[in-house]
Amino acid sequence: MPVVIKVDKCTGCGLCVDSCPFSCIELKDNKALISEYCNECNACLSVCPEGALTEFAPKEGILQNDQIGKYRGVWVFAEQRNGKVAQVAIELIGAGRKLADTLQVELSAVLFGSNEDEAKELVRWGADKVLHSNNPLLDRFNDEPYSQLMVHLIKEHKPEIVLAGATAIGRSFLPRVAGRLKTGLTADCTALEIDKETGNLLQIRPAFGGNIMATILCPESRPQMATVRPRVMKRNTYNPERTGNIIDVPFDNLTSRTKVLDTVNETSEFMINLQDAEIIVSGGRGLGGPKGFEILRELAGLLGGTVGSSRAAVDEGWIPYRHQVGQTGKTVCPKIYFACGISGAVQHLVGMQSSDIIIAINKNPESPIFNVATYGIVGDLYEVVPHLIKKIKEAKQ
Amino acid sequence: MDIVVCIKQVPDTAEVKINPITNTLIREGVPSIINPYDLHAIEAALQIKESKGGKVTVITMGPPQAEEALREAISMGADDAYLISDRAFAGSDTWATAYTLSKAIERLGFDIILCGKQAIDGDTAQVGPEIAEFLDIPHIAYVKKIEIIGDDFITVFRLMDDGYDVVESSLPVLLTVVKELNIPRLPSLRGKMAAKKAIINKMTFGDLSADENNVGIKGSPTKVKNIFAPHAKCSPKMLHGSLEEKVESLIEELRTLKCL
Ligand SMILES: Cc1cc2nc3c(=O)[nH]c(=O)nc-3n(C[C@H](O)[C@H](O)[C@H](O)COP(=O)(O)OP(=O)(O)OC[C@H]3O[C@@H](n4cnc5c(N)ncnc54)[C@H](O)[C@@H]3O)c2cc1C
Ligand SMILES: Nc1ncnc2c1ncn2[C@@H]1O[C@H](COP(=O)(O)O)[C@@H](O)[C@H]1O
Repeated sequence: MPVVIKVDKCTGCGLCVDSCPFSCIELKDNKALISEYCNECNACLSVCPEGALTEFAPKEGILQNDQIGKYRGVWVFAEQRNGKVAQVAIELIGAGRKLADTLQVELSAVLFGSNEDEAKELVRWGADKVLHSNNPLLDRFNDEPYSQLMVHLIKEHKPEIVLAGATAIGRSFLPRVAGRLKTGLTADCTALEIDKETGNLLQIRPAFGGNIMATILCPESRPQMATVRPRVMKRNTYNPERTGNIIDVPFDNLTSRTKVLDTVNETSEFMINLQDAEIIVSGGRGLGGPKGFEILRELAGLLGGTVGSSRAAVDEGWIPYRHQVGQTGKTVCPKIYFACGISGAVQHLVGMQSSDIIIAINKNPESPIFNVATYGIVGDLYEVVPHLIKKIKEAKQ
Repeated sequence: MDIVVCIKQVPDTAEVKINPITNTLIREGVPSIINPYDLHAIEAALQIKESKGGKVTVITMGPPQAEEALREAISMGADDAYLISDRAFAGSDTWATAYTLSKAIERLGFDIILCGKQAIDGDTAQVGPEIAEFLDIPHIAYVKKIEIIGDDFITVFRLMDDGYDVVESSLPVLLTVVKELNIPRLPSLRGKMAAKKAIINKMTFGDLSADENNVGIKGSPTKVKNIFAPHAKCSPKMLHGSLEEKVESLIEELRTLKCL
């Protein structure tokens, strides 16, 4: 809703001017003035000490879409590469299960290409049913046939929520689907909740390079669509006994003006290691040099884990980029994350804060890393880590 | 080849900091720049023009000051520039932005449309593919290499999470590009002179045959409910005592959690 200023209450203090992330408020004749480019993010509402900023009340019923009630159910698009369902699809079934249970509706997975065995796996991970198409045009990811079939299925079955991974695949074809259906799509979400009052999907995501978080709504159109960042959502427990309907979706009018000539796999062992590791020992600028990673490697080796890093350490050239955790690196979710000599900038935190246990070792007690840590040790990492290594070795004997 | 490049003016997010007391962005002194990925799109367009001939047109939708971004693109070598600006477009989300840009691009004519992978203020990466859908042309996202440009087709490398795909498309096509594609050139002195004198074409709502229900706030299915600082405050368990004691209690904790 647009923000309006009660001019009589405005004292011209300028707090709102500073609060606007879009530079849309200025002071004119000592009164705040909101420009026409207001993005309605409401960031200014809470900063005004006088309560001079309010949301403009929506005109009643004007945008009510009587069609909304006809949309029911939660869908997860289960992407596959070379026939194998991606990790992120299993995570999304975990997230989708929670949403579906809250709304008391069905959870369906949508699988293009691949085979029936993989479809059954999706049920065992928590889907109630699977819409599966094995049209050969869908074996390799291709935007046009993927979006055509998705649009077709959504029009036919009318789900209220559609989720896909925020991967090269999901982020490429889902915008076409949202464009065609005239509905909202929120990119790269890190949390999803249901608004208890309205039943709307609250889509939470970082913006401005991770500097702020935003909650996005799609209140007046359906389905509500989101891509979700890999490694953020928790999987459900696997139940080999679980059964559900696998529905074959016939559709032959798929066309494509693009053709995939070749797919080249470049995953290094390491990438898989970092994202699959149960224990990650990360270091930052506090290591002071590339040698610091040697003791981190030793600790990681003892615990059967691997080594990560902050961007600062990568920028310094102490360790290659593929180790970087965070907004512009990898998102990880290990059982234990050690942050050694890492200050805890928001861009780093978004990549690791859903780890089960975070152990922070930093010599500055004021470091923000301690705000997210499960256990904090204030001290010099060059004293703490070697001692820890010694004690773990002893404990293991 | 007629090439259209969509560029966006964004705040330099590397310079954005959060005020820890008010939990709001400190944008004082934060410069406006061309979205970094869009510089690679401009560079790609200039290289295609250099090898195949044709014309490079840059286009942006935004407030009047976005004109600076267009002038910078001209200084790099773009031939023509369009500013799509109207109060009717205020509050557009990706859907409405893509709709409006597609209506403007429709009027320009094109063989190839280039976009950045994503804009660093919103990081959505949605506007490009949505424009392609509205114009009913194919798109290829995350292009890291342009292999061959024929008269009616193009072959590129598309970056995937596990490697890359070699993809061929008919023309016209829309590509979104990543940083690996090229190194953007710096403006030349002559370019800077040209940019000063250049006439920036303007389009408003009235110049597009657009539906008013599809632009601005009205045309935007998504709404920002609120924004907040990312810190999820929790109370950490600080381990106290001497070095030995701290490490001992950590090992104890790990043991109780069965991590050791
Ligand atoms: C758009 C954008 C994207 C970004 N993406 C990422 C990203 O993906 N990942 C990322 O990590 N960062 C990212 N950053 C950078 C981020 O803002 C920080 O600059 C970076 O994370 C800081 O790294 P650091 O904690 O290692 O270094 P610093 O902030 O310099 O912290 C070093 C810490 O080490 C401690 N220390 C020093 N010596 C010792 C010692 N002997 N023992 C113990 N502690 C010691 C200090 O107290 C300090 O807390 C991004 C920034 C931007 C703007
Ligand atoms: N307002 C705009 N004007 C012109 N191009 C834009 C605009 N917004 C986004 N784009 C283009 O779309 C790409 C992706 O943007 P986004 O979907 O916002 O991440 C950008 O790199 C630009 O090429």
